[in-house]
Amino acid sequence: MAKKLAKDAYLGLYEIMFRMRRFEEEVFEFYKKGLMPGLAHLYLGQEAVATGVCATLNEDDYIGSTHRGHGHLVARGADTGRMMAEILGKETGYCRGKGGSMHIMALDKGILGANGIVGGEIPIATGAGYSAKYRGTKQVAVSFLGESASNEGTFHESLNMAAAWDLPVVYVIENNLYGISVDIRDVTKTADLAVRAKAYDIPGVIVDGMDVLAVQAASEEAVKRARSGKGPTIIECKTYRWQGHHVGDPGEYRMRRDKKEKEKWQARCPIVAFRAVMLKEGIAEKAIASLEAAIEEEIQAAVKFAVDSPYPNENEAFADIFVGA
Amino acid sequence: MREVLYRDAICEALDEEMARDERVMLIGEDIGFIGGNFKTTVGLLEKYGDLRVKDSAISEAGIVGMGVGMALTGVIPVVELMFSDFLLVAADQAINQMAKIRYMSGGQATVPMVIRCPIGGGRSSAAQHSQSMQAMVAHFPGIKVLVPSTAQEAKGLLKSAVRDPDPVIFFEHKMEYSNKFEIDDSIELIPIGKADVKRAGEDITIVATSSLAIKSLSAAEKLAGEGISCEVIDLRSVIPFDRDTVIASVKKTGRLLVVDEAHEFCGIGAEIGANLMDDIFYDLDAPIGRIATPNVPLPFSPALEMPIIPSEKKILEKVRAMVRPGA
Repeated sequence: MAKKLAKDAYLGLYEIMFRMRRFEEEVFEFYKKGLMPGLAHLYLGQEAVATGVCATLNEDDYIGSTHRGHGHLVARGADTGRMMAEILGKETGYCRGKGGSMHIMALDKGILGANGIVGGEIPIATGAGYSAKYRGTKQVAVSFLGESASNEGTFHESLNMAAAWDLPVVYVIENNLYGISVDIRDVTKTADLAVRAKAYDIPGVIVDGMDVLAVQAASEEAVKRARSGKGPTIIECKTYRWQGHHVGDPGEYRMRRDKKEKEKWQARCPIVAFRAVMLKEGIAEKAIASLEAAIEEEIQAAVKFAVDSPYPNENEAFADIFVGA
Repeated sequence: MREVLYRDAICEALDEEMARDERVMLIGEDIGFIGGNFKTTVGLLEKYGDLRVKDSAISEAGIVGMGVGMALTGVIPVVELMFSDFLLVAADQAINQMAKIRYMSGGQATVPMVIRCPIGGGRSSAAQHSQSMQAMVAHFPGIKVLVPSTAQEAKGLLKSAVRDPDPVIFFEHKMEYSNKFEIDDSIELIPIGKADVKRAGEDITIVATSSLAIKSLSAAEKLAGEGISCEVIDLRSVIPFDRDTVIASVKKTGRLLVVDEAHEFCGIGAEIGANLMDDIFYDLDAPIGRIATPNVPLPFSPALEMPIIPSEKKILEKVRAMVRPGA
C-alpha cells in the first residue's frame, strides 16, 4: 500500500508527471506542424510509471530506456530543451542531432540511452548492474521495457543471469498492451507478465501503472532489495498509451476488443487522478496551479530553444565514430 | 626471445592487463573453471576470482550486451565468444549497440570493451564453427577489427585492445592456438591500425591477415628460391585500415595480392582492392589478386574443406600466376 507523503513529495511527483505530459504534447505539436524529422513514440498516459520508479532512485543510479523513452529522461531530470532539440535534429540536442527521439542519452543523469531495438537495452542495464556490483558501489540499475520486449530473447538472458548473480537491477515492464498493433494477449498465454519472475526465482509484482503512488511503493521495495544485494525484481505496471505506437499512428486497432478501451483508460489519467489525490490531501489548488504555470513557462522556453537552435554542420555526420575521430 | 604458445600469449596479455588495471574483467562461456574452450584463460579464475573472471550462461547476446553496460559505467570487459560464428547470435548487441552507442550519443559515451573470438577453418568444425567474421564486422562503422597473426601480435594487440577507448573485436585464429612462436618481451604493445611489413620484396605485395600472414611468409620463402621477391604485409588491423603502408608497398612492387580467410564476395580483398584503386591503378603491372574462402558454407569433411580454404599452396600458385603470367 502506498503510504502518506509529505506535501512537497506530492508536488514533486506531480511536477514530473505534468512536465512529461506537457513535453509530449509539444512533441506531438512538432509532428503535426511538420517540424520534426522522423517520428517519436509518445509517453502520454504512462507518466506514473517513470515518475514513480525514478522517485525511488539516487542520483548516481542508472536507467536503461526504450524507444518510448522521453518520460524516463524527464523523470531523471534531463534537460527538456536539449531533449527537444535532439528530437528536432538540432546541434544543441543531447546527441548533437545524431540520435533523435529514439536514442537520447544523458549519461550525466545515469541514462544509458534510449534504444531503437525492442529489448536491446535490457542486457545493457543488466551490465550496469553487474558493474555496480563489480565496483562495489551501492548503485542500482533500472531497466524499463515494454510488455512486448519481454518476449525478446535478451529479456530471458538478462533476467536469468541477473537472478543467478543477485545483480542490483529492477526490471520495470510497462505493459501498455500493444506492440505496435499486436495485442500482447494474442501472442502471450499469461495475462500477467510479472509471473515470469517465478521462472527466475525472483519477486514479480503487479501494480496499477496509472497510480504513481502504487508504482513508487513497489519500486521502493524493489530498489531496496536490489541495493541491499538481494537481487532483481520484476515490476509489471499496467498502463496505456494515449496515442498509437508513434505520433503518426492513431492506434485504432485498439478498438477491436472494446470500442471504448481507450476512453476507459483515459478516464483513469494518472495526472488527473493524482491531482485529485493531492487536493484531498489538503494541497492548495493555488500551489498546484502555480507549479503548472512554472512548468508551462519552462516547456515554452524549451520549445523555443529547440526551434531556434541551428541544425548541425554536415561534417558532424563524420564525428564521434571513434574516440578522437 | 622466448618460445610461447599462441594461446598462452593471449592468456598472458589478459593476465597482465588485469593485474595492471582492476577495471578489466572477463566474461564468457567456459572461461573460468576450465580456463576456456581453447585454454586461453587458464589460471585466471583462481588468480582474480569469480567476479572478474565470470563463467557465463550460454547467452551470447546477454553477455555482449552486459559488456556494453559495463563499458558505459566504468568497467572494461573482455567478452569471449567461443567461436566468431556466435557473433551472429549477439549481432544486435555487437553491431546495433556496442558499435553505435558512442555515435548515437553524440560522443557522450565511450564503450571501452573487447570481444574476443576465434576464426578459421581447418578443423572439420563445419559451417557454424569455422567462419571468419572479420569482413562482416568491418562493414559496420564503430568497431575496431583486429586480426593478429603470431603470438607476438596476439599479445601486443590484445593488450592495446584492452587499453583502447573504443570497442574492439579481436579475432584469434583457432589453428594457431597450439602453435609455438618466438616472442620478444621488449615489445609490450602493438599499435592498433598499423600494418607490419614482415618481409621486404620487389615483385609483389602480399597483404595478409591472421594465420595467412604466417602462411604468406612461408610461401614467400619458397618463392624466393624461384627468383620471385615478395613483400609480405601483416595487416594486423582491418579497421583502422593502414592504407599508407599498403600503397607505399604496391607503388614499389607494382602487384597486389590480398589473402584473407573470410568469404570472397564483399570480402577483405574486394575492399582493399577497391579502396586503393584510385591511388595505385597506374602503378599496377597486374590485376589485383585475392585469395579468400569461396562463397560456399564451410563443409565438414576434410576432403571438402581443405581444398577450399586459403592455403600456402594457393598463395604459391597465385603469386606465380601474377608475377609470371603464362609461364
